[in-house]
Amino acid sequence: MDHLAKLARIALTEEEKAHFSGQLGTILNYFDQLKSVNMDGVEPSAHAFPVYNILRGDEPGPALDVEALLRIAPASRDNQVLVPRVVDDEG
Amino acid sequence: MSDSLSFKSVAELSSLLAAGKITSLELMQSCIDRISAVDGKIGAFLGFDQEDAIAQAKASDERRKNGKTLGPLDGIPVGLKDNISLAGQPLTCASKMLKSYVSPYDATVTARLRQAGAIVWGWLNMDEFAMGSTTENSACKKTCNPWDISRVPGGSSGGCAAAVSAGMTPLALGSDTGGSIRQPASYCGVVGMKPTYGRVSRYGVAAFASSLDQVGPLAHTVEDAALLLQAIAGADSHDGTALVNPVPDYLREMDSKKGPWKVGVPKEFFGDGLDSAVREQVQKAIEFYKKAGCTITEISLPETRYAVAAYYIIATAEASSNLARFDGIRYGHRSDKATDAVDVYSLSRAEGFGPEVKRRIILGTYVLTSGYYDAYYVRAQKIRTLIRDDFMRAFNDVDFILAPVSPTIAPKFGEKSNDLLALYLGDIYTIPVNLAGLPAISVPCGVAHEMPVSFQLIGKPLDEVTLFAAAREFEKAHDFVTRHPQL
Repeated sequence: MDHLAKLARIALTEEEKAHFSGQLGTILNYFDQLKSVNMDGVEPSAHAFPVYNILRGDEPGPALDVEALLRIAPASRDNQVLVPRVVDDEG
Repeated sequence: MSDSLSFKSVAELSSLLAAGKITSLELMQSCIDRISAVDGKIGAFLGFDQEDAIAQAKASDERRKNGKTLGPLDGIPVGLKDNISLAGQPLTCASKMLKSYVSPYDATVTARLRQAGAIVWGWLNMDEFAMGSTTENSACKKTCNPWDISRVPGGSSGGCAAAVSAGMTPLALGSDTGGSIRQPASYCGVVGMKPTYGRVSRYGVAAFASSLDQVGPLAHTVEDAALLLQAIAGADSHDGTALVNPVPDYLREMDSKKGPWKVGVPKEFFGDGLDSAVREQVQKAIEFYKKAGCTITEISLPETRYAVAAYYIIATAEASSNLARFDGIRYGHRSDKATDAVDVYSLSRAEGFGPEVKRRIILGTYVLTSGYYDAYYVRAQKIRTLIRDDFMRAFNDVDFILAPVSPTIAPKFGEKSNDLLALYLGDIYTIPVNLAGLPAISVPCGVAHEMPVSFQLIGKPLDEVTLFAAAREFEKAHDFVTRHPQL
């Protein structure tokens, strides 16, 4: 559960971990029924129907409004989204 | 004024508007009055922008006055599930994660409704990020079933179904990933349709499981649902999965589609677990089609027994990936306890997401983990192939399939929430349709335990027209359209 929480980037509490782990067990047991299905030669479907790339001409069009986007950012400065330091200062 | 307009069909409202007997402003005001009168009890709306709605209504009246009416939806209010973007308006997905989010743009469906002159308004309650089947997973408020406020409205489009059912908006747009339009429509006694996968653009609709999500109408009548689908369907340069196939004129083609049809009844959908009173109502609908001269054929969809397992693998896997965008960086909740970048992600997500969303992300993360990927995700995708093949084989012999929507009527609050698996199994009749990408319409057909019951008609890919025609034939021969909850 610690590994999953880390992969999913959710800081789960100990209580949540215990709770989810029990529920996950039940659900995974239910999923086990798929193991007995004969799937020889069956192709997996990512969608119900084949999905194809659709290309358009490479022409500039209207883009989203920068101000509207910055307004919903948790923090911004100088027309940019502000985030905590990602790379350590080596100097 | 208000009560007399609350339950009118769009067809009726449209002709009243055309005849100058009402204005769009009066209609809009009647919806707002109705909300004041009953939504305190129901809780369908998370909110609405009254000023904006009134302005849209006035603009419609102005167009009409100048002979520039845009079509049958001009001046008709359409409520939106709160996962569909309306530029400049809040969009919460009923989550704390998006508590202060404002949509920077219109969803394609919103833009198309505007082009059709509809009044797009309101934020309708839902399960958080559309994950759930009771609307109990909303982080914002509780929504009650208008037929019995001790019962859930269904979900995840519970606010949409409750709002239409209680006469607060004549139309609503919801989304259906595993039954989220059809099931609440059934629980609340209104018509709900999930169109063919790709028939409607999802641009601007918060993604849950991208290979399954589809936007669709909730309405009082089949014809109203067709009118709403007409306005939103079709290709979209912003959504590569939106099908380019031409959109038929649903109303006109409905009129030319006549039975008797070949109706398939899947035996697997009438097994153990189906409430006997619900079964009885669905059987009556089968009898109706039989008496109308249709051929009823028992069919078998054996692989659908694996649908719930395959669905909860595929949907959670896709959700874990889709919801990775909520990381506290560009928009949405950012934890103020975080000191470094990873903390921003982990703490913002821990604080912003509710329990069901966390649970599904964790489950989705698990099934995608290397070492388990083939055992779960790939197998689930193969099951999807088998289920689709089952349906397509059946469609060699039948025009559409008739089945129950849900094994039970709307449960009481909290009735199932302790048994997760039982809750997930409640979607057993709707989920296979999403996996196969088919269109399906849920139509009120009776009463069981004093609550509404619907059946669903499941059609061939892109054959919405036959479903509308057959559903309308049933609707016209019954009086469910005229029955409304007493509030």
